[in-house]
Amino acid sequence: MFETLSDRFETIFSRLRGRGKLSESDVDEVLREIRVALLEADVALPVVKTFVERVRTQAVGEEVSRALNPAQQVIKIVHGELIAILGGETFKLSYASKPPTVILMAGLQGSGKTTNTAKLAKWFKAQGRNPLMVGADLQRPAAVAQLQTLGAQIDVPVFSEPSDPVAVAAAGLEHAQRTGRDVLLVDTAGRLSIDSELMDEVRRISEVVSPDYTLLVIDAMTGQDAVATAEAFHATLELDGVVLTKLDGDARGGAALSVREVVGRPIAFASTGEKLEDFDLFHPDRLAGRILGMGDVLSLIEKAEQVYEAEEAEEAAARLMEGRFTLEDFLHQLQQIKKMGPLSGIMGMLPGVPKEVRNAEIDDRQIGKVEAMIRSMTPAERVEPGVIDGSRRARIAAGSGTTPNDISMLVKQFTEMQRMMKKMGGAGSKKALGKARKGKKRKGPGGGRVTVRGGPSAPMPDLAAELEAQMGRVGSQRSGGGKVPPADDLTLPGLP
Amino acid sequence: MEIVLVVLAVLVVLVAGVLLVRSVATRRAGTVELEPAEREVAPPDGGSAVVVEELAAEAVPATESVEVAEAPTRPRFRERLERARSRFGDAIGALRGSRIDESVWEELEYALLGADVGVDATEDLLASVRSTVAERRLTEGDELLDVLKEEMRVRLGGFDTSLHSGDTPPTVWLLVGVNGVGKTTTAGKLAHRAKIEGRTVMLAAGDTFRAAAAEQLGMWAERTGASMVRGADGGDPSAVVFDAIEAAAARGCDLVIADTAGRLHTKSNLMEELGKVRRVAERGAGTVTEVLLVLDATTGQNGLVQAQQFTDAVDLSGVVLTKLDGSAKGGIVLAIQTQLGIPVKLVGLGEGADDLVPFDADEFVEALFS
Repeated sequence: MFETLSDRFETIFSRLRGRGKLSESDVDEVLREIRVALLEADVALPVVKTFVERVRTQAVGEEVSRALNPAQQVIKIVHGELIAILGGETFKLSYASKPPTVILMAGLQGSGKTTNTAKLAKWFKAQGRNPLMVGADLQRPAAVAQLQTLGAQIDVPVFSEPSDPVAVAAAGLEHAQRTGRDVLLVDTAGRLSIDSELMDEVRRISEVVSPDYTLLVIDAMTGQDAVATAEAFHATLELDGVVLTKLDGDARGGAALSVREVVGRPIAFASTGEKLEDFDLFHPDRLAGRILGMGDVLSLIEKAEQVYEAEEAEEAAARLMEGRFTLEDFLHQLQQIKKMGPLSGIMGMLPGVPKEVRNAEIDDRQIGKVEAMIRSMTPAERVEPGVIDGSRRARIAAGSGTTPNDISMLVKQFTEMQRMMKKMGGAGSKKALGKARKGKKRKGPGGGRVTVRGGPSAPMPDLAAELEAQMGRVGSQRSGGGKVPPADDLTLPGLP
Repeated sequence: MEIVLVVLAVLVVLVAGVLLVRSVATRRAGTVELEPAEREVAPPDGGSAVVVEELAAEAVPATESVEVAEAPTRPRFRERLERARSRFGDAIGALRGSRIDESVWEELEYALLGADVGVDATEDLLASVRSTVAERRLTEGDELLDVLKEEMRVRLGGFDTSLHSGDTPPTVWLLVGVNGVGKTTTAGKLAHRAKIEGRTVMLAAGDTFRAAAAEQLGMWAERTGASMVRGADGGDPSAVVFDAIEAAAARGCDLVIADTAGRLHTKSNLMEELGKVRRVAERGAGTVTEVLLVLDATTGQNGLVQAQQFTDAVDLSGVVLTKLDGSAKGGIVLAIQTQLGIPVKLVGLGEGADDLVPFDADEFVEALFS
């Protein structure tokens, strides 16, 4: 629904193309777009203001780089600045010398405290710890029952009693000490930051358990209110970090940036799904890309890894390059891709795909149609589609509930693709692969005939090079154990 | 045409996917962790495992903080919202008595954006206010304020905000939304309201996913004296809702309030599940007259996307804006009403059973400007 920052920039810079240098008025215009992008990502207004000013100072003072065009340069600055804020200080957890290490979870109603208490407990368990959860949410009906159910699922005991939250917390601490639990997680009731009575209650809970870490649980969908909430909780509890939840939706998560900037505490953990294992330490660079609406390559890789087997992928790649890729293989890949979720969703995550293609509404039922067509072919036809003549076409169409015209279109598309891939494979190296693909998109299926809403006017960027560059980032990040890649390594997607 | 698109899309994804996996695989030791991609769904025997629970309004546990008042006194927007005098209010206060200049417009923009109204809606709103101000040659801040209020009232008002009942009982109201917005609580509060109006209520515990969601709704049933139908954990929510409707019809209950599991609008399988819940509910004895999106007032710009996706899936009839008693203003409903035409019907102003009140555009606007 929202235009990505790169799309916006594309529009601005298409007018400036060839100048290669940013004037002050260009910078102003660009900064306005950044402001809007940040606001649409729910970054709080005061934070947007200071952020934009910081970018301005850098952008105006910056020497014009030869390697990057102006758009890339500005996005690089913005992206770098975002990472600097989000990940300037990563969350380091050290255990208390005298166990248990106490962690207090606080937040508004419905931000996900109970679920994330259990997720965190599971995380500690995976670190070889023995956590105990305390259900101090006596406010919401059945909150303790929820925690107990989750506790049973992850095999972590839950302590609670129907008294009052402060007493429960105190007794929970005692219970942990007595039973030799080395991590104590205290789930508290959701409360509004302006409810002084309840804020006082959570302060008293904090006093009796004296937590080593106080984590504020914040919903990634939170709007401008995130700042007020974080400030109020920070004033009452002195936060140590933030747990950002519901990141598996499509909210840009600008609230995280606001909170980080306003209370100066790191985003410690992020919850990225409904299952209890969908929880991990926070990756600042992913969120930076997300706030800017850039392709989320890392998430795509994760999705791909879920469905692709490494060897199988190698095999498929080899077949592709050698031109041995058949409709049978195509069918198989189609099924793999289907497992990754809606096609348009995956397209959205790819960097460097022009917005005309990205925004094209692809009905996933059409995949079923293509699948049906291939399934109605004989094995011989799948390997050698050239043999399909009029009568075969009619048979396949009847078998798949499509029209002969559909069949010829599919065959034509496929043959063209096969030819291109062969060419690429012949050219050999990966660089040539990139070039060949570029050529293919222009002449081939991506060219004149695919007129998606007026036709892709922007040339298809070099996807392969894009991915290669992104992979560089991923590699360095993974081997570096989640360290932030140096900003210079960054190639920014979506720009011509 | 469509086929060309599919082939193109599959190709792009395929090439990218292969490239990605290839480079990751070569960089890594070669261990690929496989995770199940779908949320696990329990065997589809939800229907048979449905238990009807008769719950009398008995002793409420001492730890419950929600009290059920006999005669509800409707909390006023303003007194609730006064606790959270906002940036909005402050900015507006500064406007009074001043003359209209550029800084005034900036103040206004700042205030609206700060209330989560959103960039587009704010620009749109201010553009019409600007033209009215120019047209009437207004110069005073107070006059400008009146124009803005009027403009907002026009945009928020004029919708049918009543909760409808069907011709053939039982009437079915379905509550949907993302996780943690307060669907279960809203179901409980709605049951309470309906009870006071003298209706017999059946609650359907359609959230079979979240741990103890049915228990939570059960406590509300107990408190309000409503009946409740629940299914097995992880069971088919459509079956639970259908059985609740059938049970309601059999016992002459005239209203079924169906809770559903929170789901992110981006999960297509879960949205389809929700579509099925609605379709199955329509097939039962009753009539589905309200499908309400429960929306947390703290939600930012994502709220508009949520409303769009949910209405695509289940055709929303209205919005319930919850947690409006906090410091959040819920300005995103302005965009939802004007862009999608889905009216706010109810607002949640607190944790008490009586704190769910009908939406009133005048009060909403007044509260923002007070």
